[in-house]
Amino acid sequence: MRAASFLLFLAIWEIAARWAGARNLPTIEAVAAALLDELARGELLHQLGVTLGRVLAAFIIAMALGSAFGLAMARWRALDLLFDGWVVLLLNLPALVIAVLAYVWFGLTDAAAIGAVAVNKLPLVAMTMREGGRSLAGELAEMATVFHLGRWRRFRHVVAPQLAPFLLVATRSGLSLIWKIVLVVELLGRSDGVGFKLQLYFQLFDVPHILAYALAFAAIVQAIEWGLLQPLERRIGRWRR
Amino acid sequence: MAPVIRELEVAVREKAFAGPDGAPRIVLRDVDFRMRLDEFVAIVGPSGAGKTTLLKIIAGLDTAFAGAVRFTGTAGAAPPIGFVFQEPRLLPWRSVFENIALVLPRHADRSAVTRLLGEVGLADFADALPPRLSLGMARRVALARALAVAPDLLLMDEPFVSLDRPTAERLRVLLLTLWRARPCGVLFVTHDLREAVALADRILLFSAAPGRLVADVAVPLPRDRRADPAAVDAVCAAIAPLQGRAAVS
Repeated sequence: MRAASFLLFLAIWEIAARWAGARNLPTIEAVAAALLDELARGELLHQLGVTLGRVLAAFIIAMALGSAFGLAMARWRALDLLFDGWVVLLLNLPALVIAVLAYVWFGLTDAAAIGAVAVNKLPLVAMTMREGGRSLAGELAEMATVFHLGRWRRFRHVVAPQLAPFLLVATRSGLSLIWKIVLVVELLGRSDGVGFKLQLYFQLFDVPHILAYALAFAAIVQAIEWGLLQPLERRIGRWRR
Repeated sequence: MAPVIRELEVAVREKAFAGPDGAPRIVLRDVDFRMRLDEFVAIVGPSGAGKTTLLKIIAGLDTAFAGAVRFTGTAGAAPPIGFVFQEPRLLPWRSVFENIALVLPRHADRSAVTRLLGEVGLADFADALPPRLSLGMARRVALARALAVAPDLLLMDEPFVSLDRPTAERLRVLLLTLWRARPCGVLFVTHDLREAVALADRILLFSAAPGRLVADVAVPLPRDRRADPAAVDAVCAAIAPLQGRAAVS
């Protein structure tokens, strides 16, 4: 069924391309040629690598800080009251504003780009993990205390399995957000990466190359979803079935 | 070697919780008793008498109370305590084996887990996940886990409620068998006087909230006659009025 769905997509594309004309929507053949051209020059893999590096860095920073903040807010009421407003503000601040300000304040650097992406994702992670922290079962905590479980055992066997579903949700929603933002941030202030190349080809009105980069990027996102996130989800949910 | 720790000494002056309106609601008042750590003592009282709260206080889970809990015969340190909660409180994402192994010291001999599982009749379920078990089986695991720490004191909070009668009866027999094999103090909370008479050396009767100790009775029935329902009924009939009288006064 997945294969059929993919073929249907290609068919609609090809028909639309013939109908709309090659200038607006190139044929599959033209896009494939652009893809192979970029691949042969080593350009495609290099730019994808640069962008993925930024995605990974921003993801790790946002997950680490966001989880720490979220869990701390779940644990201590005072922190929750202190940061709750900030989190909501940050959550509603447009990604573009954060990116522009980051570049203005910290210069057109990689650190500013990665930081801007991370800050965009951070409140989402914090809120999800705060929910997770609040939902920890008091009964199991009492059990762990009565039986004198050490910190590590308590974390690994009692707390972490309860947080895992929330961590997975944060990873999912966080990644999909990062995919979208990272290109905008690259387009605004970096001279490499997929976002930069998209801007370049946009100025040249080179639609086949734009689509080639977009598809390669989408393919990687999908590969991570199928190869990493879904197996992880199955593993975490194993005991429920 | 004779056990070093001889007695549990409970002296709870008062224990209160904040009620829904913010005013303190007293759940325990003037609960004083001692028990040897090879004695089987049952606490019987109506729901809301603070029985569960008392167990939590003794286990050190709740320290916000007026009074003291002491263990004599030791340098003040609490001995190993096993706790069987009313709900089994197993980790649903860990196997039966891992649930028990978890409470052992880090470098302990894990074959003890297998032995315990055999003793509670679950040798074939070591790899099962708790959500797959029946309630009766989950309670056996909880019992095995509590015994895994080689407790000097075993606290049990209505561990056999909501089981059908034959299952509960089998678990009671199992508990007595295990207890004889490893003498320790058992403090067994129940609202069922018959269950208390069938199991305990001594029964502490609690009043309705705020829970007070209204009677401390040695069960006048030799253990070899506990299986006789008529004898148990007779003892119950003799003990029950003690609680009723207290509730009225």
